[in-house]
Amino acid sequence: MNPNSIIDMLMAGARNQQQPDRRDRSVLALQYCADIAQRTGRTRKEIEVLALEHDIIPERYLRNLNILSPADQVGLLQSRACIVGLGGLGGYVTETLARLGVGALTVVDGDCFDETNLNRQLFSSEHNLSQTKTAAAVERILTINSALYVQDYNELMDTENVARLLEQADIAVDCLDNIHSRFVLQKAAKEAGIPMVSAAVAGFSGQVLTIFPEDPGLEQVYGPPGPHAADKGAETTLGNLGCTVSLVASLQCTEVVKILLKKDSDLRNQLLIIDLSDYTFEKIHLI
Amino acid sequence: MTMTIDLRLFATLQQFEPPSARAYQIKMGMSVRTLVEQLGIPETKAKLVFINGIKVDLESILKDGDRVGIFPPVGGG
Repeated sequence: MNPNSIIDMLMAGARNQQQPDRRDRSVLALQYCADIAQRTGRTRKEIEVLALEHDIIPERYLRNLNILSPADQVGLLQSRACIVGLGGLGGYVTETLARLGVGALTVVDGDCFDETNLNRQLFSSEHNLSQTKTAAAVERILTINSALYVQDYNELMDTENVARLLEQADIAVDCLDNIHSRFVLQKAAKEAGIPMVSAAVAGFSGQVLTIFPEDPGLEQVYGPPGPHAADKGAETTLGNLGCTVSLVASLQCTEVVKILLKKDSDLRNQLLIIDLSDYTFEKIHLI
Repeated sequence: MTMTIDLRLFATLQQFEPPSARAYQIKMGMSVRTLVEQLGIPETKAKLVFINGIKVDLESILKDGDRVGIFPPVGGG
């Protein structure tokens, strides 16, 4: 079916609706997107992109307006983020990117849930202990937004598999839980020529940094990597709290959106440090 | 001669925070390294020292009124 007749179907299925900003928008319900996809043999994501390109807004993205334009939404839908680590940060990051409408998500973790995860890991529950974190993430993503493409790797990232995990990704999201692996991911992201948003937490503290391939990156934060460098940080004594984790994950997602949409990022070569014990937020110039 | 810095120690380093850290008196010309040693902070925990919002190295010399922060390595996810 040619695109013009699909557009006719979209126009026929759309309805005008006044938005909170009093602007009339042509909107399309989820069921219509699904029907048109089925009737035309296109994917739902293709239908949503085509709609947005003609200023018809799938209802699920209406509240992303106007801070995100329809063109921005297309940009997100046509992007792939690779989320490495599905613990505290990774769970909230996956949830938020799926709801924002980042069109393809690669999720990576080799672990299963255990009881110590219940205090902060969004996809863990009393009912899925011992389930793989990737299976829980895939299930959750597709429950939220079944138009998204999901690739899951039930493996721990290492130097051997990292290049494969990042294939086709436009951005790497570092939600790992140890410093050594963060350097492994940074090296691979640089080699793949893609940016990375790195975040880490401990107790009431957290940090976020955006690293483009040409940036010095993590070495400015942790010192040079190597066999004598520490692998764990303050989290070994302070633990990890759900309130810190969800906040820092949200900040990380904000960076992901800005980078995917090529908007200015304040956290490039500037580390955002957070200490919720007295609500400190400070950007530290690293170079 | 002494001068005063505004000292902030974060997360696990809070245990090293001296009394009246926000107006902490130090000797004129003191380096960051000497400050870290004087506070008893292990050097491995002082990878991220910043003065007035800019990361500095341990050899940097402190000035009167500097806002000094030390943030320990954080790696949890």
